[in-house]
Amino acid sequence: MGVEGIGARVARKEDKRFLTGKGRYTDDMSVPGMRYAAFVRSPHAHARIRSIDTSAAEDMPGVIAVLNGKQMLDDGIGNLICGWMIHSKDGSPMKMGAWRPIAHETVRYVGDAVAVVVADSVGEARDAAEAVVVDYEVLPAVTDAVKALEAGQPQLHPEAPGNLIYDWEIGDSAATDAAIASAAHVTEMKIVNNRLAPNPMEPRAALGIYDAAEDHYTCYTTSQNPHVARLVMSAFYNVAPENKLRVIAPDVGGGFGSKIYIYPEEIVCLWASKRAGVPVKWTSDRTEAFLTDAHGRDHVSTVKMAFDAENRVTALKVDTIANFGAYMSLFSSAVPTYLYATLLSGQYNFPAIHANVRAVYTNTVAVDAYRGAGRPEATYLLERTMETAARELGVSPAELRRINFIRSFPHQTPVIMNYDAGDYEASLEAAMKAADWAGFAARKAEAAGRGMKRGIGMSCYIEACGIAPSAAVGSLGAGVGLWESAEVRVNAVGTIEVLTGSHSHGQGHETTFAQLVADRFGVPLDSVSIVHGDTDKVQMGMGTYGSRSGAVGMSAVVKALDKVEAKAKKIAAHLMEADESDIVVENGALKVAGTDKSVPWFQMALAAYTAHNLPAGMEPGLKEGAFYDPANFTFPAGCYICEVEVDPETGKTKIVQFVAADDFGNIINPMIVEGQVHGGIAQGIGQALLEGVHYDPETGQLLTASYMDYTMPRADDLPSFQVSHQVTPCPNNPLGIKGCGEAGAIGSPPALMNAITDAIGNNDLTMPATPQKVWAALAASN
Amino acid sequence: MYATNYHRASSVADAVKLQSSSDEAKYVSGGMTLIPTMKQRLAAPSDLVDLRHVAELKGISVDGNRVRIGAGTTHYEVSTSAELKAVCPAICHLASHIGDPHVRHMGTIGGSIANNDPAADYPSAMLALGATIVTDRREISAGDFFTGLFETALEDGEIVTAVTFEAPAKAGYSKFPNPASRYAMAGVFVAKGADGSVRVAVTGAGSDGVFRHEGMERALAANWSPEAVAGVSVDAGGLLSDIHGSAEYRANLVKVMAKRAVAAA
Repeated sequence: MGVEGIGARVARKEDKRFLTGKGRYTDDMSVPGMRYAAFVRSPHAHARIRSIDTSAAEDMPGVIAVLNGKQMLDDGIGNLICGWMIHSKDGSPMKMGAWRPIAHETVRYVGDAVAVVVADSVGEARDAAEAVVVDYEVLPAVTDAVKALEAGQPQLHPEAPGNLIYDWEIGDSAATDAAIASAAHVTEMKIVNNRLAPNPMEPRAALGIYDAAEDHYTCYTTSQNPHVARLVMSAFYNVAPENKLRVIAPDVGGGFGSKIYIYPEEIVCLWASKRAGVPVKWTSDRTEAFLTDAHGRDHVSTVKMAFDAENRVTALKVDTIANFGAYMSLFSSAVPTYLYATLLSGQYNFPAIHANVRAVYTNTVAVDAYRGAGRPEATYLLERTMETAARELGVSPAELRRINFIRSFPHQTPVIMNYDAGDYEASLEAAMKAADWAGFAARKAEAAGRGMKRGIGMSCYIEACGIAPSAAVGSLGAGVGLWESAEVRVNAVGTIEVLTGSHSHGQGHETTFAQLVADRFGVPLDSVSIVHGDTDKVQMGMGTYGSRSGAVGMSAVVKALDKVEAKAKKIAAHLMEADESDIVVENGALKVAGTDKSVPWFQMALAAYTAHNLPAGMEPGLKEGAFYDPANFTFPAGCYICEVEVDPETGKTKIVQFVAADDFGNIINPMIVEGQVHGGIAQGIGQALLEGVHYDPETGQLLTASYMDYTMPRADDLPSFQVSHQVTPCPNNPLGIKGCGEAGAIGSPPALMNAITDAIGNNDLTMPATPQKVWAALAASN
Repeated sequence: MYATNYHRASSVADAVKLQSSSDEAKYVSGGMTLIPTMKQRLAAPSDLVDLRHVAELKGISVDGNRVRIGAGTTHYEVSTSAELKAVCPAICHLASHIGDPHVRHMGTIGGSIANNDPAADYPSAMLALGATIVTDRREISAGDFFTGLFETALEDGEIVTAVTFEAPAKAGYSKFPNPASRYAMAGVFVAKGADGSVRVAVTGAGSDGVFRHEGMERALAANWSPEAVAGVSVDAGGLLSDIHGSAEYRANLVKVMAKRAVAAA
């Protein structure tokens, strides 16, 4: 692997600028004449707009324009869309209500934009925004998805009667019901997956620049996928044709899914730039982020898991209600369907599965993919139920899982997925050994002597990453293909630029993608640069989410490298008068195998560009592009074990041990992978122990709109993690890698909840397991 | 933040003069509450009078059992004062757990008690220690000073200059932090005076701010031990209830924190 190649713990190249405050984020961008936008937002969860009076605001100091949604409509700016079509089980298409970038008739959540002010300074824009007078007719609101389905509840969109977006199913209902009816044991649970706010460190921002001379727009934005943003803003929102719209996502400070989507603000900044005749920048503050960034999770499910007399699962039946908020965000429809229900087989050989999913409008901000996106919900449901079943059946949790593990591959589940490779027993064993599972009883007794209740819990997760074969997702309703592109440019002196459609917003692509090239040609890491995030530089790409940059993005780079290598060998063979098939590339040189003849890499590159002595008919230059469309999803899997101590007097949980044993296939940079696992577990612990969005059920006001009330995980909430890797290479991509970005957030919540419920002897506990809830559950079990 | 005018006061008299020359002026000391509130546009003082550079508000002095802490003393200074630690380590412990290091280096004791946040730590110490709040115009007993949520006996323009108290024979403080804000959900300061009198003050839990718990005071006066507190019932009536903790949960926390405060004393 070498010191810089695949498998090396190379320090991140990008960290020098991040750690010294030299990163360049959207809010750092400044252009001549730039002005600032502030949005007027609805204080009501549901209301009709009677009138908007902007006259006072227009007269305020520094104000250039006060713009509204009617003007936007008149200018032909389209509705925001959801890009994945889901059909209900009756065959009808999902019922998508209109989402205007700026509401002009009805507001449907607290934070819905109703006007925008452009002014000379941020302060003046905000002052004027407060002076905009909106006359609202307040309507009743509903924030809970289960309640929103009931008769007589407030209706959000005329397009979706009963607030029902779709009623979808997957699997074999009859076979599942029959298996449950004849089961030796059925474990039944109600599972709530709590709503989360994504909280990337960098809030969303946008800078819209309209160039009247060229009739051309530039948008700097906090995006995980700038090309998708350009495509959608061009094709659906009518902002500008693609060739007249450049989207740049510079350094982006975390996304976790929330920066996949195209939000009203970037569209408004572009449109307002033309309307007001000045470049317009908007940067969210933290409360605005809580109010308007797409939230995650928010499922309520019932589950039945049926067992035969040998404790083998015979069927799984799931009914899920998913809260979508007030509008359908870009990928929202796919999350509780193809990213969730298709993973309900877990690591297990389930003969029959049936899942029904209802998607529901409520007066809350939109809900969409958040780190894991559907897979944490599936894993939490399965692994809480599996643990509960083990307790009910009197079998050890590990034994029950072992009985049901899939052990031969490929394995076709009853819910679409075809698992290509894995060794679930290996991760289970590694985790149990690392956690000293056998020694738990002694530790529990010791803790009891100190008055503490100690518990242990595990979780065996699987996820589908590397999303995904374009034809497959197209057949399931996706509006786009999910390939990736790459271009490798070898410069005349041999340095290399890799242009990728993947987008790094914390993942470390500038290092790992460069490692791939360094490994391939034996050139120094520093001679390789990664270019991404600009639609004028990279032709097209699908961006970064779903742990796809390694499995899909890097595979595209490999394909391009294959082409570069083939041409480089031809040139080298010509220069050395050798046979092309005898050329090998190693240590920065092209050599004739078995001889001492070689050409340095840079000399070959120079030859390609001087073109003085190329093989007959060969084009000069050395630059190759490739598109890679994956053959399958990839299936990272693993086992997490969590051990806790609960203080029975206060209900406070302390995590005393956390073990992660993951199989991500081959690994490019173990240090970065471990960092991804650490961050993912921190988010999973956040979900299980600390985080939770609260809306007031009557008024729809967001009660957790700042860090005073929304509990982000902090360093002292977390233990040191014990992380290990088991490797079964992915057979479906050239590097054998599966993806690691979401595993921690997927696998950890059930392990933690299984541990706490084990400690307190009461299984009736929902996330987040706050001290108050744990204390009450303890009191109820005594 | 709305635009505001900044003034740096050089003395208490200068501060009072600056404050009185404007309709909507506010004093700012560490600014750990006021500045975030202004940033959220929830406060809009026309003028800010900065007390941080007023020398007469600084410093800690211990004279026998008599303690004086200048209002402009930071939490960090209180938490690390060797003089104070020798006579009343509980208040050093309390100060060392306020906010985070940034807050402790900026926030001041005067600012904290003048703001009287119902979840702030210092009001409980002042009440339990029977402290006197010294202002530029009078002395006010802690019992009279804290009058309700964010309410004090301070009149318009009045500046807290110091707090004074007799070092207790024993004292302890224990708090259960709100998981999100890390302010006290229940913080209990227990103090046994040199004369044997006991005061127990509770912050974070009361719906009307800091309060004394007479039941626990009686129990501890009879028997200064954690077990004595465990037998006292804490009424959930009058306690705060929010998404982080019901009144019943807070009542439990008050008892548990009191027990731990006594154990630590």
